[in-house]
Amino acid sequence: MKLLLKGARVIDPSRSLDAPMDVLVEGGKIAGCKPGIKAPPGARVLELAGMIVTPGLIDMHTHLREPGFEYRETIASGSAAAVAGGFTSIACMPNTRPVNDNRSVTEFILRKAAEANLANVYPIGAISMGSEGRQMTEYWDLKEAGVVALSDDGNPVMDAALMRRAMEYAHSLGLPVIQHCEDKNLSAGGLMNEGYQATLLGLPGIPSIAEDVMVARDILIAEYSGTRIHFAHVSTSGSVRLIRDAKKRGLRVTAETAPHYFTLTDESLRDYDTNYKVSPPLRSDADVSAVKEGLADGTLDVIACDHAPHGRTDKEVEFEYAANGISGLETSLGLSLGLVQEGVLSWPELIAKMSVNPARILNLPKGTLAKGADADITVIHPDLVWRVDPGSFRSLGKNSPFSGRRLQGRAVLSIVGGDIKYDGRTSRT
Amino acid sequence: MMKLAKKDILGIQDMTTDEISLILETAESFLEISTREIKKVPTLRGKSVINLFYEASTRTRTSFEIAGKRLSADTINISTSTSSVVKGETLLDTARTLEAMNPDIIVLRHSAAGTPHMLARMVKQSIINAGDGAHEHPSQALLDMMTIREKKGRIAGLKVAIVGDILHSRVARSNIYGLTKMGASVAVAGPATMMPIHIERMGVRAFTTIEEAIADADVVMMLRIQLERQKQNIFPSLREYSRHYCLSRRHMKLTRPDAIVMHPGPINRGVEISPDIADDPACSVILDQVNHGVAVRMAMLYLLSGGNE
Repeated sequence: MKLLLKGARVIDPSRSLDAPMDVLVEGGKIAGCKPGIKAPPGARVLELAGMIVTPGLIDMHTHLREPGFEYRETIASGSAAAVAGGFTSIACMPNTRPVNDNRSVTEFILRKAAEANLANVYPIGAISMGSEGRQMTEYWDLKEAGVVALSDDGNPVMDAALMRRAMEYAHSLGLPVIQHCEDKNLSAGGLMNEGYQATLLGLPGIPSIAEDVMVARDILIAEYSGTRIHFAHVSTSGSVRLIRDAKKRGLRVTAETAPHYFTLTDESLRDYDTNYKVSPPLRSDADVSAVKEGLADGTLDVIACDHAPHGRTDKEVEFEYAANGISGLETSLGLSLGLVQEGVLSWPELIAKMSVNPARILNLPKGTLAKGADADITVIHPDLVWRVDPGSFRSLGKNSPFSGRRLQGRAVLSIVGGDIKYDGRTSRT
Repeated sequence: MMKLAKKDILGIQDMTTDEISLILETAESFLEISTREIKKVPTLRGKSVINLFYEASTRTRTSFEIAGKRLSADTINISTSTSSVVKGETLLDTARTLEAMNPDIIVLRHSAAGTPHMLARMVKQSIINAGDGAHEHPSQALLDMMTIREKKGRIAGLKVAIVGDILHSRVARSNIYGLTKMGASVAVAGPATMMPIHIERMGVRAFTTIEEAIADADVVMMLRIQLERQKQNIFPSLREYSRHYCLSRRHMKLTRPDAIVMHPGPINRGVEISPDIADDPACSVILDQVNHGVAVRMAMLYLLSGGNE
């Protein structure tokens, strides 16, 4: 099928492009990207005046819950949520049951993703068997099976020796290692950010240093061993500072944050609403400011959703027993566009953090509208004002603290490999 | 009499000084009932009160039960060992089941902070928080304020010291809210590891020695130390704790001469309070607190049931 996207502002940070242009798609690839393309015979023409066309957005931190927790999300429902949120590619964390610590789970995920046939799904394999922090998984085999990175995510590698070996072995294979930084001794028993709000609410705190200590440690390991490290969902001013310094010294350190870390603070927990319970926890005003500065100056390379869908039974319980996480695929772009509206990021900077940067970190041949690239494209209506309604999410996870929030801008078309996988141009409010 | 315009009593944080005064005055008027030969009035006849206790408690549960019975309410006790809790039912389902039986008031004690707030959003009945985690224990703070008022004639202008494990104490938080609202000056003291972060922002002075906190105090409130905290390295040993934080005779030279000593109980004799202080009728008001607890809880049940309307 041929597709011609006409009249939009095209933003392609992979080539520093930001101009009115047309994009031609043929055979699932980008066939051209320049002004005034004439529609070839048989092409479907999409008139997109006022819209913004970008490389398909990539979320490098998603939890798809299948296998094992299909009531929270399936690979199919998560893929549907992804394209509805403007994401044409997602990388899924290994904390399923069983854990994605061997080839058969990786292959299962890829088969289910192919059946769903919506977004590109890239599995992330576990660093250790069962993500238990003891025995390395078979990185070579996992890579051959299709994993694009390694992480024990919510079970961060506490053993520094294992982390060092994992980073060295993975580096030789070109596999990035992603660390959820949380010193489990410092965070033990904690339910929210340690701060004045925790004091008022009588909830045990998770100090910011629980994150900072592990960021510092892993930077040192990366420096010593000459390897790479990617930090997941950075939430503290201390981490931002450590990563900024490491980058200044030329270390191969990359980092992401998630929309809730630049949008919400721990004051939101005032009513013990479990939808605000997330790991790492929502932090202070100063941390939110630091995260924004980190995004603005390039310390933080990526905005990732940390899409963590949960069922009602996981959240409609006492705060202490409630699961951590926010269902984020369908609100991430809208919340992130807030940074453009606030003047923290330019449009191209934002799109880079949601497309080409995660593609480069994960070594994906994505995140560009260059001729010959896979035709993964997101079309964004920049002015559309809409209200978040978790009830209408494609995700099975309705756990969003943003319910009722008015956002400006959303994806109206998601094109994956030249096929329209989501078209929200008419039905959306 | 003013009415308590509230569905629930979840904490002192969201109470006005008028509401606190109303409860204290109502409690004072109820005090006399407990001295009668027939300790019962028909005020809440036909009302039912469920004491839903997810955490072990003898004194608070007994106090609420007696308070209900003295007002002729039907009181039903549910505690973890006998309820559906052990069968794995969620709080939501337990609450809906109880709601369907149409009680008037549910008194909830739970180890997880914020649980009464969640229950209050879920059911139409009035909820009284009988202690939620390290968050609030409003009936305790009210009975403490009632005791202070009785012994000192006022709360405004007094100096109150709260000593012990402030970090894990719901009694401390509720009292800080209540006492500062009522015009007292509050100092807290305990080992640095038992001091919650930014506690000064609650309007108190914070110290790491008992001596600094109790200087010129009118009221010294000691908190119970829980031995299991030792395992979390919150403090090294009971021995070391008691040597530096146990309220003893020598400390009473630092306070006002007429200072009173309080403790929410149960006390660890010789750990946070020495026996001769706990038993000294010249300063210890610990048993008055227990007595006032019944009256305060009667007032809470009464006012939430509509008062004198």
